[in-house]
Amino acid sequence: MARDEIYRKLTHIFQDLFDNPELVLSPALTANDVDGWDSLNHVRLVVAVQKAFGVKFSALEIGNLANVGEFVELIEAKL
Amino acid sequence: MAMNDLHTSLAWLPRPPQDFTTLCLSVLASAEDPGTRLQWLASHALDEIQLNQLARQVARAHERGYSLAPLSPFKLGLISTANTDFIAPALVATALRYGIALQCAEAPFGQFAQQALLPDSEIKRAQPDAVLIAADYRGLPLRPTPGEVAAAEGTVAGVLEHLAAVREGIKRDSNAICLVQTIARPAESCFGNLDLAMPGTLRHLIDAVNRGMASSIAGTEDLLLDVAALAETVGLAEWHSPLEWNLAKVPFASMFLPLYADHVCRLICALRGKSRRCLVLDLDNTLWSGVIGDDGLEGIIIGQGDPTGEAHLSVQQTALSLRDRGVVLAVSSKNHDEIARLPFRTHPEMVLHEEHIAVFQANWNDKATNLKAIAEELSLGLDALVFLDDNPSERGLIRRLLPQVAVPELPEDPSLYARTLMASGYFEAVTFSAEDKNRADFYRDNARRVALQKEASDVDAYLASLEMVISFRPFDDVGRARITQLINKSNQFNLTTRRYTEAEVRDIGRDPDCYTLQVGLTDIYGNNGMISVVICRRGCGDWHVDTWLMSCRVLGRRVEHAILRELVEEARRRGISRIIGAYRPTKRNKLVEDHYAKLGFSITERCEDGTALWQLDVASASCDELPIPMIVERSGFDVIAAD
Repeated sequence: MARDEIYRKLTHIFQDLFDNPELVLSPALTANDVDGWDSLNHVRLVVAVQKAFGVKFSALEIGNLANVGEFVELIEAKL
Repeated sequence: MAMNDLHTSLAWLPRPPQDFTTLCLSVLASAEDPGTRLQWLASHALDEIQLNQLARQVARAHERGYSLAPLSPFKLGLISTANTDFIAPALVATALRYGIALQCAEAPFGQFAQQALLPDSEIKRAQPDAVLIAADYRGLPLRPTPGEVAAAEGTVAGVLEHLAAVREGIKRDSNAICLVQTIARPAESCFGNLDLAMPGTLRHLIDAVNRGMASSIAGTEDLLLDVAALAETVGLAEWHSPLEWNLAKVPFASMFLPLYADHVCRLICALRGKSRRCLVLDLDNTLWSGVIGDDGLEGIIIGQGDPTGEAHLSVQQTALSLRDRGVVLAVSSKNHDEIARLPFRTHPEMVLHEEHIAVFQANWNDKATNLKAIAEELSLGLDALVFLDDNPSERGLIRRLLPQVAVPELPEDPSLYARTLMASGYFEAVTFSAEDKNRADFYRDNARRVALQKEASDVDAYLASLEMVISFRPFDDVGRARITQLINKSNQFNLTTRRYTEAEVRDIGRDPDCYTLQVGLTDIYGNNGMISVVICRRGCGDWHVDTWLMSCRVLGRRVEHAILRELVEEARRRGISRIIGAYRPTKRNKLVEDHYAKLGFSITERCEDGTALWQLDVASASCDELPIPMIVERSGFDVIAAD
């Protein structure tokens, strides 16, 4: 799956999860930049991404994520 | 796709519309009747994110002070040994499905006993109608003591006392009903197979606690939410997600949240006395495999010894066991009444008999009209009905015209019909009394047929929504086998019931004096394949309709109108002056007795054997008034110059 495609799919998940159809993802985006991205929604995000991409993450991998760019790289590495 | 996906994905509900997010965001665009629109959105199989989207709209509706009528309000307190933040929005959204405007009062995390015991806790101040007591094995004092019988008994008694104190605490300061969760066992064992036999293992302790909880509920107004059974149904190793527990103390994998929420809400619905009370059954390919009108008593498949027959048998057994616990059974089938009753009366493998069916509607009207008649006859609301039908377009019709009726989606495989119906939980019961046992018998005047009101008015709009495409081809090599099959199998919608061999069909296709049509139909539910065959023979400048037959699966779709228009247009091109049709009666084709009359033909002759001849003058025939809600495609025809 090309990186563009990952971003496209991920954008849909973010938009639905954070109830913001205008949300645009960039590699540098962090939890602080997105309204509602708390620890609860972070777990929801992880579960939704696991389901959408058919991958599994460990707690360590999830804990180390600094921004969207790293999340995409993590997904890419699992596909 | 995993087997338990049936439960996890709420497979009995229709998939959400493609533009769910957009519909959801615009659901409050007008303040008028948001409750009904929210309920419609919730009636689909939604995942966790979609449930949350919907719950946010409910919160917005409350903020703006919109009335959610006709939804009925219900206040639920949530106390849990785990995180409830996940659960509350899913419950609020799922409750809409059951016509309930749910408000959740959540206890702060970790305050399981405090909330129940303190007189002015958040939960009690909210004055809930019910309180969900959601304990997880990790939040109860369930210390394993393998092999120590006395210690194990003490542990079980301690946990049960703790839970009893919580319930008593709630009752002391409120009128709330307690919904008490059973405990899902962990997927990991201690010794292995020995666990269940060894007092003091976690498995042994939890089993004892669950049984104790169940007996403590009996005779009270409190209710059991059997989460242990739910977890076992989908599999313990799937139910428990160590990752999600470790990350956020989510007590079960959140992929099961839609299922869990549906179980909580169906219980609340049952508590309110709103569970469904009548199961309306289709016959052909639902109660048996095959079409009784075409295949006959010997041709339908039902009963032991055949996997498909056993699949349909289990549908009948499920219906009968529902009847034994008070659910009323009815039939709605597109059939002749006498023919439809035949298997009930004479087929030895049938488990269901006429005396089990309170209302028996077998006719050629649309099923919406029939369901309304059934509800009226039984003095039940449409919201008490569940309609089981293998045909997706019949399901679509009822969902569109009678949204109050529950219409479970069915999988391709009839082996799963019974399981899907029961997984839906439409008949959830919170009590079982002697009256329930006998209720179905109160409808003594069994297997009645009731008069119909006029046809449901929105059928045309529904047909337009099917996006039908009809395709016309002359007989050809590819279609020959299926054409021959239809010619030899169709009994009901068959004007002349002339049978031809494959060789004869080939010769007809090559005869320059024959005009032939094989007709296909697709719609939004998929391809129905070849559904009609017509043969016209030329003689003295007229067309004699030798054969006109159609699959009953597409009855009521105006396919015959589209075919007539095709015939008339083609007849004009070829300079044909009249189309002459014959109806030759058989035991099974009464359905089409008035076929030509309905299409504007006039009768020219009626013979002693019942055969009737009809004719249509091609020049003056007007097909423009016939509603034909479909796109027409043609292929394989030679261009014919007018004579």
